[in-house]
Amino acid sequence: MATIHVDIVSAEGEIFSGEAAMVFAPAAMGEIGIAPRHAPLLTTLKPGEVRVQTPGGEEQFFYVSGGALEIQPHLVTVLADTALRAKDIDEAAAMQAKQRAEEALKDRGDQIEMAEAQIELARAVAQLKALEKLRKIR
Amino acid sequence: MPGVKEIRVKIASFKGTQKITKAMEMVAASKMRKAQERMRATRPYAEKIRRVLGHLSHANPDYKHPFMVEREAKSVGFIIITTDRGLCGGLNVNLFKAAIASIREWQKQGASVSLCLIGSKGVQFFKRLSDAKTLATITHLGDRPRAADLIGTVKVMLDLYKEGKVDRVFVVNNEFVNTMSQKPEVRQLLPVITSAEDEGKLQKMWDYIYEPSASDLLDGILMRYIESQVYQGAVENVACEMAARMVAMKSATDNAGKLIEELQLIYNKARQAAITKELSEIVGGAAAV
Repeated sequence: MATIHVDIVSAEGEIFSGEAAMVFAPAAMGEIGIAPRHAPLLTTLKPGEVRVQTPGGEEQFFYVSGGALEIQPHLVTVLADTALRAKDIDEAAAMQAKQRAEEALKDRGDQIEMAEAQIELARAVAQLKALEKLRKIR
Repeated sequence: MPGVKEIRVKIASFKGTQKITKAMEMVAASKMRKAQERMRATRPYAEKIRRVLGHLSHANPDYKHPFMVEREAKSVGFIIITTDRGLCGGLNVNLFKAAIASIREWQKQGASVSLCLIGSKGVQFFKRLSDAKTLATITHLGDRPRAADLIGTVKVMLDLYKEGKVDRVFVVNNEFVNTMSQKPEVRQLLPVITSAEDEGKLQKMWDYIYEPSASDLLDGILMRYIESQVYQGAVENVACEMAARMVAMKSATDNAGKLIEELQLIYNKARQAAITKELSEIVGGAAAV
């Protein structure tokens, strides 16, 4: 029986790699079934289930929260996302990152640095004291 | 001669410090192993995505995505990955030196510089640098950074690049050479440099079926590729942090041990001197009677 090689990977690790008789995936335009010698295809994935039918007839399920799918005649690659992605969610994350930068800049030379400087000073004083004691001991 | 008791207290306090540094060394060692595993786990994704990109650029040589077009560098962006915590030797300092050197070089060529910072050490350091704008930051990712946490920070740079406000994007992080050595590294993220690896293998003309359009797909895949590169940098930096901390704590433990030895010697001498003195006093006293 013809088989097709399947790789399912996410940025944080490999999820599945092996041979399959048939693969089902939630493509952007609807669920697709991929048999060996499928035409080359590239599509995005919707959140859903990727089903892999092994040559032995077993089925394995993998949940993906979106991503991309590449099909070559003997190769299926699922690039799974690690999180739900949507334009506005990404936008919000970007906004937050910007805000954090602004806040960090606002703090220029105020309390946080003051506290750091104090710690630094305390450390220096303690070191000096320790040195003095050592010198006395000698 | 100082009191015998004083020295004893000193030795006890050094021993306490030594215990802490020893514990930190062991914790860092075990975390380093896990971080290394995670570092390895990120590789398949980057490889697969590079393969897809390679196929794409072959199948579709006419369409040029903005991420792949080289422009004159008038403005340069840096994504700088540092640690959140200290006590890891010169790791961050070396990274800052490399980053500053690269920033100065671009500034000499008349480019303006903007920064995205990952890790609180970098935020603290680059606050003082007035001629480079900090656009976005993220701190406290912990020992297991998640790819999803980095999306926002990376997107800020990508958006600027798309708008043409930034013409080059670099990522700066420590490269894990081995446990004993970590090397700061400046890599170009944008424009994407496509390797000519599988050139020749795919000479035939063919094209994908695209669902939806090719440009949308390329956009999404390139974005994920860049995010995965930054994520890889972040994970590698964690491994470096742990390795550097392990080494730093080991030398701190050794130093404490040396100090304790020296103090022990002084302590023994002082103790002996006190006993001798007492003895001679008793003998002297007895002789006087």
